Amino acid sequence: MKEITYWKAINEALAEEMTRDESVVLMGEDIAVYGGAYAVTRGLYEKFGGERVRDTAISEAAIVGAGLGAALTGLRPVVEIMYVDFMGIAMDQLNNQVAKIRYMFGGKCTVPLVIRTEGGAGRTLGAHHSQSLEAWFMHIPGIKVVMPSTPYDAKGLLKSAIREDNPIMFIEHKMLYNTKGAVPEEEYTIPIGVADVKRTGTDITIVAYSRSLLRSLEAAKELEKEGISAEVVDPRTLLPLDIDTIATSVRKTHRVLTVSEDCKTGGAGAEISMQIIERCFDDLDAPPVRLAGADVPMPKAPNLEAMAIPSTEDIVREAKAVLGK
Amino acid sequence: MTAKNVGASMLNRNEAERLLRQMMQIRKFEDKIMDLLAQNIAEGGSHLYAGEEAVAVGAMAAIRPDDYITSTHRGHGHAIAKGGKLPELMAEILGKATGCCKGKGGSLHLADLATGNLGANGVVGGGFGIATGAGLSCKLLKNERVVLCFFGDGASNQGIFHEAANMAATWKLPVVYVCENNLYGMSVSVQRACSVPDALTKRAAAYDMPAECCDGQDVIAVRDTIARCVRHAREGKGPSFVECRTYRYYGHSRSDPRVYRTKEEEKFWADRDPIKLFAKRCVAEKLMTQAEIDALDADVAREIDEATKFAIDSPLPAPEELYTDLYA
Repeated sequence: MKEITYWKAINEALAEEMTRDESVVLMGEDIAVYGGAYAVTRGLYEKFGGERVRDTAISEAAIVGAGLGAALTGLRPVVEIMYVDFMGIAMDQLNNQVAKIRYMFGGKCTVPLVIRTEGGAGRTLGAHHSQSLEAWFMHIPGIKVVMPSTPYDAKGLLKSAIREDNPIMFIEHKMLYNTKGAVPEEEYTIPIGVADVKRTGTDITIVAYSRSLLRSLEAAKELEKEGISAEVVDPRTLLPLDIDTIATSVRKTHRVLTVSEDCKTGGAGAEISMQIIERCFDDLDAPPVRLAGADVPMPKAPNLEAMAIPSTEDIVREAKAVLGK
Repeated sequence: MTAKNVGASMLNRNEAERLLRQMMQIRKFEDKIMDLLAQNIAEGGSHLYAGEEAVAVGAMAAIRPDDYITSTHRGHGHAIAKGGKLPELMAEILGKATGCCKGKGGSLHLADLATGNLGANGVVGGGFGIATGAGLSCKLLKNERVVLCFFGDGASNQGIFHEAANMAATWKLPVVYVCENNLYGMSVSVQRACSVPDALTKRAAAYDMPAECCDGQDVIAVRDTIARCVRHAREGKGPSFVECRTYRYYGHSRSDPRVYRTKEEEKFWADRDPIKLFAKRCVAEKLMTQAEIDALDADVAREIDEATKFAIDSPLPAPEELYTDLYA
C-alpha cells in the first residue's frame, strides 16, 4: 500500500484506464494544458496528448451532450464539469438525453460515459460553487451516482465507472482533494453500487458519504469516548443505493442517523431514511434522523458557511439525541 | 465552399426510382398515421413530415449507409430515408413490442443504431450535442464517417446549437448541420422568432462554417448540396451548414388548427410538392414513364398497408418490460 491524496488517486485511475483502453478520452474546461481547476488531470495532457485530453470551450451543455454522442459511437468519454453547480446548464442533456436514451431505444445502445464533477462547501466560494446536488441526480433513472469519500474508493470506483456501459455521475468533493489515504500498489477496482462499512459498532448506524463520511468517523471516535459504539456506513454509490448493507447495519444497531451536506428538504438523507423505514421499521428503536445542509443558498461568510453543513460536533450531538442521551 | 454542379447528369433511372419510392413511402406513411390518429388507433402526439420529404431523402442520398444522423421530433421521414424498416417504425409509433425501440420510444424517439440513426428527439435541439459527439468519434476513430444533424428553424434558436456549432468548428468535426426551415416553430413564424429570418445561413458565419441554402422541395438540389458538404467533412475540413427551405403540410401536431398561416400560403407550397415536382422531372427526363410511377405508387401503398397491419396486429410490450433496458 502507498499513501496518496484523493486527487492523485483519481489522476491514477484516469491514467491507468487511458493506458488500458485507447477509446477513453477526456473532455472539459481547462483540463488539458492547465490540468484542471482542481488539478486532478495534471500531467495527462502531456502523457496522452491533445487528441485524447481535450480542452473545451465553456459550454457545459455541449460537453455533456457531445460526451453522449461520442459514447454512443465508439468512445468511452470521461467529461469534467468544473463545479457540480454548473450541471444546471447541462441538465437537459443529462436528464433528457444521457439518462433516457438507452431505455427509449429499447436497450439497443449503451452509454459508457462518466461525468466527473466536484461539489460541496468549505472554500467560502458562495452559492454558485459550493452546492451538493446529488439528490437531483438520484431522481433520474438511467444514471448511476457515485460519491467517493477516500482515495482508495475514489480510484477503485472511478476505474469501474470508466469500464461501465452506463452513464455515471462521479461527484468528488473539493475539500477531499488533498486528503490522504492508503491505496494498493497493484491494480484494483471497486464495484459500483456496493456500500462499505467504514467502522463497525453496535449502538447506532451513521450513514454518511463524501466529506460527511470523514466527519462521521471523527464523530464516532468522540462518541466512543462517551461509551457509544457507532457503526459508520458509506453508501459510496447513491444510485443505485445498497440498501441491503445499510439495513443489515440498522437491524443490528436499531438506530440510524444520516449525514450529508445537501439541502435537507428532498435530500439524500430523506431517501435513505425512507428506504430504511420501508425495509426495517420494526427493527427501529427510534425514528431515523437526518442531519443535512441548511435549506439556504450557501453563504459566503465563513462562519455561516460552516453552520450550513453538518460539523463533527453536530454529528456527535445528533447521534446522542437519537440514543436519548 | 465552391459550388460544383453535380446535378442532373448524375441522376440515373435506378436512383430516380429509389428517391421517388422513399418520398412516396414517407408521404403515405404520414398520411396513414394521420388516419390512424383520427381513428384513435394511434394515440398520443405525432409530428408529421409530409411536405418535407425531399429534405430527408435528398440528404440521405448523399451519405453512406454507415454514416450517422440525428433526427428531430418530426423524425419519421429521417428514419425511413435512413433505411428503417416500415413495419418496425409503424409498430414503434403504436407503442408495440415489435417496434424498433420495443415500444418504449414512440414517434418522438424513433432510433435505429443499426442504420446509423442516433434517434429522433422529444426536445427541440436535442440532437445537437449527440451529433457533435458522434462527429468527435468519427474523427478520433478515423473511420471516415460523417454525421448529418437534422434540426428545424426553431431549434436554431436554442443555446446548445451555438455551443455545438462552436465546438464542431473549433475541432473541425465531420458534421453537417441540416436546418429544415419549414417557416414555423410550432406556431411562431421564423420572421417573429429569429434574428436572421431571411437567411438562417448567417448563423453559420458566426462559427466560420461554410453554409448554403437550397430548395428543400427539390430532392436533387438537396442531394447535391449535402453531397458538397459531406465531401468537405470527409476531407477533414470540418462542419458545414445547410438551410433547406421547406414546408410541413399538416399542422405542428394533430391538435393544431393552423390559424397562424393562410390558405394561400398552404396552396403555394402544395403547388411545389416535392413528390409531384420530382415525378414530373422523371417523366420529362425520360427516366420513368407515368405508368411506372403509378405502379410504384400502388406498390408503396401496399407496403404501407402491410406495415400498418403488422403494427396493429403486434402485441403491446409484456408487463415485465417496464423495468428492462434501463441499465446495460
